[in-house]
Amino acid sequence: MSGDGTLEHLRRDGRIVVVGASLAGLRAAETMREKGFAGSLTMIGDEPYEPYDRPPLSKQVLLGKATAEHTALPRRREIDAEWRLGVPATGLDMAARRVRLGNGDEVEYDRLLIATGVRARPWPNEEEGALGGVFVLRTRDDGAALERALSAGPRRVLVIGAGFTGSEIASACRERGLPVTVAERGAAPLVGALGGVIGEVAAGMHRENGVDLRTGVMVTGLEGDPSGRVRAAHLSDGETIEADVVVVSLGAQRNTEWLSGSGLGAGPRGIACDAGCRAFDVRGIVTDDIFVAGDVARSPHALFGYQFLSLEHWGNAVAQAETAAHNMLSESVDRLPHLWVPGFWSSQFGVNIKSVGVPPMGTEIMITQGSRDERRFAAVYGYQGRVIAAVTFDNCRWLPFYQRQIETGAPFPVPFETVDRRPEGHKPMSADFPDPSVPTHGPTITLSGYSPADRKMTFIPAHH
Amino acid sequence: MSQAILREIIDYAHRADPYPLYEELRKTPVSHEGDGPYVISTYYEIQSLLHDPRISSDARNLKRTGDDPLGQGAEEETALPPSFLRLDPPDHDRLRRMTNRPFGPPHSPHKVHDMLGELDGIVTGLIDRIAATGSFGHVDLVDQFAYPFPVSVICRLLGVPPEDEPRFHVWAEAIAASLDPDPDADPSERGKNSADARMELGMYLAGLIEERRRNPGDDMLSQLANADGPDGSMTTMEALSTSALLLIAGHETTVNLITNGMLTLLRHPDVLARLREDPALSVPIVEELLRFEPPVQLIPHRTTLADIEVAGVSIPKGASLWLILASGNRDPKRFPDPDRFDPDREDIQHLGLGSGIHSCFGAPLARQEAQLALSELARRLENPRLLQDPPPYRQNAVLRGPRHLPIACDGVRP
Repeated sequence: MSGDGTLEHLRRDGRIVVVGASLAGLRAAETMREKGFAGSLTMIGDEPYEPYDRPPLSKQVLLGKATAEHTALPRRREIDAEWRLGVPATGLDMAARRVRLGNGDEVEYDRLLIATGVRARPWPNEEEGALGGVFVLRTRDDGAALERALSAGPRRVLVIGAGFTGSEIASACRERGLPVTVAERGAAPLVGALGGVIGEVAAGMHRENGVDLRTGVMVTGLEGDPSGRVRAAHLSDGETIEADVVVVSLGAQRNTEWLSGSGLGAGPRGIACDAGCRAFDVRGIVTDDIFVAGDVARSPHALFGYQFLSLEHWGNAVAQAETAAHNMLSESVDRLPHLWVPGFWSSQFGVNIKSVGVPPMGTEIMITQGSRDERRFAAVYGYQGRVIAAVTFDNCRWLPFYQRQIETGAPFPVPFETVDRRPEGHKPMSADFPDPSVPTHGPTITLSGYSPADRKMTFIPAHH
Repeated sequence: MSQAILREIIDYAHRADPYPLYEELRKTPVSHEGDGPYVISTYYEIQSLLHDPRISSDARNLKRTGDDPLGQGAEEETALPPSFLRLDPPDHDRLRRMTNRPFGPPHSPHKVHDMLGELDGIVTGLIDRIAATGSFGHVDLVDQFAYPFPVSVICRLLGVPPEDEPRFHVWAEAIAASLDPDPDADPSERGKNSADARMELGMYLAGLIEERRRNPGDDMLSQLANADGPDGSMTTMEALSTSALLLIAGHETTVNLITNGMLTLLRHPDVLARLREDPALSVPIVEELLRFEPPVQLIPHRTTLADIEVAGVSIPKGASLWLILASGNRDPKRFPDPDRFDPDREDIQHLGLGSGIHSCFGAPLARQEAQLALSELARRLENPRLLQDPPPYRQNAVLRGPRHLPIACDGVRP
């Protein structure tokens, strides 16, 4: 389509449809308009709300310091879009270039951006999950409902799963003075995302703040009272926890079911796309008109051995959306790769946790600054002799340095002296990640796949 | 002669407009002569060094072979122990956290905002006083406004009696002057002046701190002297060096931000006119000022803890670094058309307040003071104009700003 005026026509009169009206969808739409896209823009979202920000839902909202209704994302500019909110996309006809909606409508596109994100993984037992007092936390409505339940002063809150969201919920409960039990299948909180060496620090934070932390246990069942409200949970070690609020925080599921049978390379692990955000079809051939961004995408990253990374990170959603939007309106030679270095933050128990790179790839770890005992430190993850990731607890101002180390493939173990190096920081330890075949609450980064040039590349067929 | 570059940087002849010199410097992002310090002048290199944990702010890590005209500064610390400005983690972090507790978020998130009314009262009073003189043909914006304003603010914040100002004004000047690298001055003489000033300031503050320990008020001096948070309490010497740091920083930096600001606005009357109509424009104006004419031009006190490479140059362990913030702020690789004063820039991550763990502690207060000062001056002065351009500058190359800013106006609006 180069040089034949097609692109010019698209930019002037084309029809672009964005499925998923959250952070990635909004930022992509804004970027398209900023780059001069003058055609029609349709935003489709299954929630009835205009795009809102999710990080506050597990922080300020649960503390009652902000309301879920006031989390609307700030707009960078007008996008002049047709909004189809409160109606989910239910199907895709790639040949006819049509998106089917839940109300039977069909929307035609010249370029499609899929940013349908993820949803909270529900409690596996549907009946137990439907008990009053059982919550998940992903959406604005979830946040508002959980906040109401917490303000009602429950006798005890049980959080199932000590990933980032679960830990933040537990932190908010303690800040509100509520008794809380956290049940985690792994050996420590955050162990899937940051490994056991850091997980141990997180466990200390939970316990010191009065969380009843149970690790190495599973919740085997939830029990309701005659009125249909949850009253207790049974653990795999035989114990029973009496709780009137239960928050299921077992990670996320990717919203790809609507693409089932469409021929797009979509499945439980997300939608595979190339570094330019173009979706693969089931044959492993890249499409020209369908792009993916945000939590639902998984794409190869040159810095990390071309592994396909799915990143449930706020910053990734923004960066990938901007790249996708640019590429949707560009000739192939002008397209940009999505080369964002993974990074996320969390705030829990008064500690600011920030990370760059891909910690779960790390086999070893060094505490290069500060000390774990003080919960103020910077730690570096090593993989095959190079720096692959870093994490800081209340030390985030050093992180740009470590990001540069990752970007430049700096050697590991870290050979140089740093300010505030403690005796414990002079030699590497095993990063102590759990066996990935043992499911925990689902790390925020999943690694899968091979180089796009690898002919053995396979995709999981879409079955749910 | 091993230090032509350093001599150039501190040469008073460049004070009014050091930027052509910086442009020359940027041709060599890392300059080094003889055994002097390594001078870093480009944006990305400065930015990354400010976040580099192999760089120390603690003078005790400096390898003393160098011929660094600022090196002697470290020895002047004998009268007072180093403030957190000249410490590394964990000591820096602990003292800064404790100092921040009564000043900023998360423990005192409204402190600076809540001072707005008080700041407004001081600004109004100073401009009213200019109005009351009735002599609009010659107003010195430094002596009559830009100096007394931040000094009143820091005194009230700390709880230092304003009537003592003339005494510590002298000490603050002497200590600030010791930051000024003058290789031709007699170092022992300079060191002695500064050490004497530190000693006197220390004794003065020690008396106040002792008094606040007995009768605490709601000022920061009381809060520092009686701290009992999770980090414990400050020793008397720590409370002394911390309050001395705040007092001097409050004296010697914001005055230049405000003065440089008015000077720049008077050179750009279109922007001044816009500000008069729209006080909210003071926010982007102050950010652009921090890029365009930063009050702290360079950071002279950093030391390498390891051999490092910067822009292809190997710098050995124990070397002294000078980071020329004001040059990085004019780096065309970072800011398009960098020599243009343009408050409408959207991408303005300047180095004017530093970056990393030592980034300006008082930044939120300095921003609020400068925004208020400039919008009020713009609103109230009728037809202000420069009487002397460039105005006479202070000697100091690090804390750079006009000594006087003579202007005339037609009157003062109520």
